Amino acid sequence: MMPTTVCWVAFRTILTKEILRFARIWVQTVLPPAITMALYFVIFGKLIGAQIGDMDGFRYIDFIVPGLILMSVISNSYANVVASFYSSKFQHNIEELLIAPIPNFIILAGYVGGGVARGVVVGVVVTLVSMFFTDLNIHSYGVTLAVFVLTSVLFSTAGFINAVYANSFDDISIVPTFVLTPLTYLGGVFYSISMLSPFWQTASLANPVLYMVNAFRYGLLGVSDIAMWQAFAIILGFVIALGAFAMWLLSRGVGIKS
Amino acid sequence: MTALTLENLSKTYSNGHEALRGIDLEVEQGDFFALLGPNGAGKSTAIGIVSSLVNKSAGRVSVFGHDLDREPAAVKSSIGLVPQEFNFNQFEPVVEIVVNQAGYYGIARREAYQRAEIYLKQLDLWPKRNAQARTLSGGMKRRLMIARALVHRPRLLILDEPTAGVDIEIRRSMWDFLREINAQGTTIILTTHYLEEAESLCRNIAIINRGRIAERARMADVLRRLHTQAFVMDIRHALQSIEDIPGFTVSLLDSTTLEVAVSRDQGLNPLFSILSERGIEVLSLRNKQNRLEQLFIDLVKSGVETAGRAA
Repeated sequence: MMPTTVCWVAFRTILTKEILRFARIWVQTVLPPAITMALYFVIFGKLIGAQIGDMDGFRYIDFIVPGLILMSVISNSYANVVASFYSSKFQHNIEELLIAPIPNFIILAGYVGGGVARGVVVGVVVTLVSMFFTDLNIHSYGVTLAVFVLTSVLFSTAGFINAVYANSFDDISIVPTFVLTPLTYLGGVFYSISMLSPFWQTASLANPVLYMVNAFRYGLLGVSDIAMWQAFAIILGFVIALGAFAMWLLSRGVGIKS
Repeated sequence: MTALTLENLSKTYSNGHEALRGIDLEVEQGDFFALLGPNGAGKSTAIGIVSSLVNKSAGRVSVFGHDLDREPAAVKSSIGLVPQEFNFNQFEPVVEIVVNQAGYYGIARREAYQRAEIYLKQLDLWPKRNAQARTLSGGMKRRLMIARALVHRPRLLILDEPTAGVDIEIRRSMWDFLREINAQGTTIILTTHYLEEAESLCRNIAIINRGRIAERARMADVLRRLHTQAFVMDIRHALQSIEDIPGFTVSLLDSTTLEVAVSRDQGLNPLFSILSERGIEVLSLRNKQNRLEQLFIDLVKSGVETAGRAA
């Protein structure tokens, strides 16, 4: 077992490298979500939202802001880790880590930390953009922060697992396109599931993103379709399950060792 | 003390290919050791297993007494690896690649920068420290990988084709650098296709062929076993043919080039006397083939023939 100080230096090295990676290419990593979300706010919030009226007692633009912020956190956390780790595999510089005496949990923590860092940066930028369109009054700082970070951890870990299995750059875009985007759009970002028929309300409960969006909306607005204990149980459950699975993949060397 | 011990090391890949078939090998501390073999013989697989990049199928690996399965961190800390392919992030600055590698070994950033400066200067890369790695020449990239492998000061340095594609001048300076590192106590294991490199640098040698150790001996003993050497001579005046020279096997490669086979215990003076008597003026003389190369070819060939007979 490596001493704690050695592990800490190794973790900090991976984390710093990951943060510098997305910071160097901020035009590709931070700016696009800011522009995309500004368009969402203008089109869905101002133009179309004015026709929709209130939802759950809030102006439509106020209602969709939490979901849009979380959507950008989800996609950016995921994208950061999947792109970075796959790129390391592709260029073989993952070998720099594999030959070093770093415990697997440090490797995972370093990459996930990088994903969380990008999620936080993008989330803050999108939140700042949203303030041009709405007045944000945070209902619960604790819930907001916890959901923000846990969601970022969850999707960073999911991105890591995707990268482990990926054999080509196509493989790292399949999950975001065909799984992540539909789940996010159907996760109550733009609507309350109380608007759906009973069948689709029940079906929506199988979507884990719904719990995160609602928990985050509760943190900001104080309204949610889901009980908070249930939302946190689901989020934590996924974080633990995906984290354990990622550790198992690393210990077996799946996708990274012959 | 033994730097590296491999016991019955085997590797069968998922496609059924048996890359290693139970090899046993010991490398002593302080040695400069050559691990040779034709392409696909199992050298890189063996190195991959020792450096934790490849999972072994069976057997045991021990580095400075630390078992790879039981004490992986101690084994990894002892090893520096220069792989065959460039495996750094091509978009990172040179100094960052070295400093980050130090960080993975738990070396604090300030200390890492100091060490990076030392090794980058020794390897003539310091002026390029802020350049992106992709902008370096092939030789510079090879030296960068050596600096990166040394930054945590490993006791065992494994070099997999470290001078591939490097021009002769830089190759010679890298040899000097590696000799110096070895003289300071670092055990070095080298694989190379340049057999004169192994002959010049290494004290001990193992040849892997078809996943098995075909030869393991002192370099001097191996070379001594070669009975004949072939020399090529350029001569001043063209000849149509050449008469036999007693005690030597002589042939004419072209009108101004002779090839002479000389046994190990034979001197060259009688040959030159006879050539002089016949009025044949020798302009230059060179080894036809590197001596180790000859042995290597013989061993690999005999391995193939044995396998062919077994089949």
